[in-house]
Amino acid sequence: MLTRTLLSATILATALGTGAAQAQDKPDALKIGVATFLTGPASVFGVPARDAAQMLAEEINAEGGIAGVPLEISFIDEGAGGEALTTEYRRLVEEEGADIMFSGISSGNCMQIAPLAEDLEVINIMWDCGTQRVFEEGDYDYVFRTQSHATAEMLAVVLYLLKTQPDFETIAVVNQDYAWGRDSWDIFSTALKAMKPDVEVVGEFFPAFGAPDFSTEISRLSATRPDVILSTSWGGDLNTFVQQAAQRGLTQQSQFVLPLAESSLEALGPALPDGVIVGGRGDHYFAHPEMVGTERFDSFVSSFKEETGAYPIYSVFHMVQAFEALKAAYAEAMEENGGSWPNDQELIAAYEGLEFQGMGRPVTIREGDHQGVEAQLIGTTVQSGDYPFATLENMMIFDGAELTTPVGESSIDWVGALSPDFVEKIEPTTFD
Amino acid sequence: MNLSLILLAVFDGVSYAALVFMVAVGLTLIFGVLRILNVAHGSLYAIGAYLTASIGGAVVAAGYSPILAFPLMLIAAALVGVLLGAPIERLLLRRIYAKSEVLQLLVTFAVFMILEDVQRLVWGNQPYFESSALQLLGNIQVFGVYYTSYQLVLLPVVALLTLIGLRLFLRRTLTGKLITAVTEDREAARSIGIDADRVYLMTFVLGAALAGLGGALASPTTSVLPGIGAEMIVLSFAVVATAGLGRIEGAAVAALLIGLGRSAATYAMPELQVLVPYLIMLAVLLVRPEGLFGTPAARKI
Repeated sequence: MLTRTLLSATILATALGTGAAQAQDKPDALKIGVATFLTGPASVFGVPARDAAQMLAEEINAEGGIAGVPLEISFIDEGAGGEALTTEYRRLVEEEGADIMFSGISSGNCMQIAPLAEDLEVINIMWDCGTQRVFEEGDYDYVFRTQSHATAEMLAVVLYLLKTQPDFETIAVVNQDYAWGRDSWDIFSTALKAMKPDVEVVGEFFPAFGAPDFSTEISRLSATRPDVILSTSWGGDLNTFVQQAAQRGLTQQSQFVLPLAESSLEALGPALPDGVIVGGRGDHYFAHPEMVGTERFDSFVSSFKEETGAYPIYSVFHMVQAFEALKAAYAEAMEENGGSWPNDQELIAAYEGLEFQGMGRPVTIREGDHQGVEAQLIGTTVQSGDYPFATLENMMIFDGAELTTPVGESSIDWVGALSPDFVEKIEPTTFD
Repeated sequence: MNLSLILLAVFDGVSYAALVFMVAVGLTLIFGVLRILNVAHGSLYAIGAYLTASIGGAVVAAGYSPILAFPLMLIAAALVGVLLGAPIERLLLRRIYAKSEVLQLLVTFAVFMILEDVQRLVWGNQPYFESSALQLLGNIQVFGVYYTSYQLVLLPVVALLTLIGLRLFLRRTLTGKLITAVTEDREAARSIGIDADRVYLMTFVLGAALAGLGGALASPTTSVLPGIGAEMIVLSFAVVATAGLGRIEGAAVAALLIGLGRSAATYAMPELQVLVPYLIMLAVLLVRPEGLFGTPAARKI
């Protein structure tokens, strides 16, 4: 009896499966919904990424779309708040029939969107979402990340710091008072204490998000004189902090470590002094030492600069990765099923374990938890005079696989269990 | 905490208080005369900052001396007062003086929202940073800690001059006396022939210009970006409420109290820093609901 039920269920499932596959005709357009910050402080990343999405879609459509299907992109503003985002997201999927979603940036939004995408059964690509918690606290079929997460990003900076300045003794932190500021410090400090147990934390400041004035923190830090000052702030807050610190000589006193400052190099212009350790949430840099000279990279950077007036920053490169992953996933899914337009399940199968390349080293999406494994580029600033802003020297590119929390483990536990010899074990590629 | 640290905290507190006072004083002046709590004051502050940062940046980029940034601040303040303040009072507020306070608050809030979007349209989303004025004045070293002369000396001096200037203006000049008269008793002032409409307009333009000047003075010390107006208006409200609505000297004392409280918190308990201004306000209002220097409103009729 049981065998017969099982058998008929299998036959039914097979019939449904093939039926669904045959029914997939090529649509008139591949509708993509992109959530990004168009307003608010985070629009410093969001708007360049939107510009990139438009450029990339135009470029793909000019080449005939994906297997002949043109892309149709609509945007949602994350800056309008979590509630508006989920409402708009739902509307795009349910009423406009979006086929695939790229969302989002903010940690809070990512945690909200992942279960929603699962409910709506729409493939969601986390294209610029930093929180490691998404896949460590949840398990999703429809959600993928085409970039790294906070753990690998912070770990690379800690390693760079320990490799270049092994002898420092004290550190202070000035982070924004919200999820990212707190979480990134948690990871950074846990990793640092694991690999350098004698380090002393001499100040922890979490000024309000969007604080216009860091004078008091700067006086306090000038009096305390920590060897290293970390700030994972970004956008206007980072610019304000760095400018105010530089004006008052604090950047001469302490080694500054700014893991997100790649996105502020151009905005800070001559104000960012030499010798600051800078990261870019992945191996993202408009003068990526392994990519400069390749035709695609050079032409993208120059056309982006021409189109928007600014050099591309990491959020732009993350958007490129989302599009490259999309192209690669469709290509792979169609190769698997003999060239017909893939359904969601075939596309999901293609995304799992996918390898693709944006504007840096190739990225893979882990099969186990859908997490992207991305290399990390860290460097030190120098005002060389080649550009009207600081560029990077003494760069290191870290392979992503060794820095990404293993599938199924919690990041804090994992980095907390690292030992001082991890610093020697990891061997990045170095550049001058 | 040793003496030098306490002094450092005092320096930071005073320079912060000076900036907050410049904005709060305009707000309280307007309330004193017009009896309107002007939420759009925050936008006027932001626009003053944007004007100074963007024009100043262009002037310096064109190769002119950064010293021009100082007169530019006054020009930006005047522009805000005349081009924005005057039309807001004449075209909008004048129609609603007799209406309920809730409506007045909503109207100025609407103006605030509109001006927020105007800023975004004109200046976009990217932060502006133009600090030539600040760099020009150089640094001072105190106990091994560098301060900018701009923040440690110039800002407190300008705030003090504004306070003294306003006091002299209100007590010694005819226009000032007219304003004071209207503040004391609107109806009595009208009945002896004071042109209240003109006084309202002048006060609002002056208040708006002070907001613009506050923004202009703040611009070299910080990134000018969307949202700074909202931040400042909330803090100014706290100062004005702590002081007692309409009290100019009170605003100076309250700004100092809040500035010092905030910097003391950064040294002692950084976690409390954001809360401190509001804790001070709460403590004051619990004991004196009319504010430190406010007088309980006598009921008419």
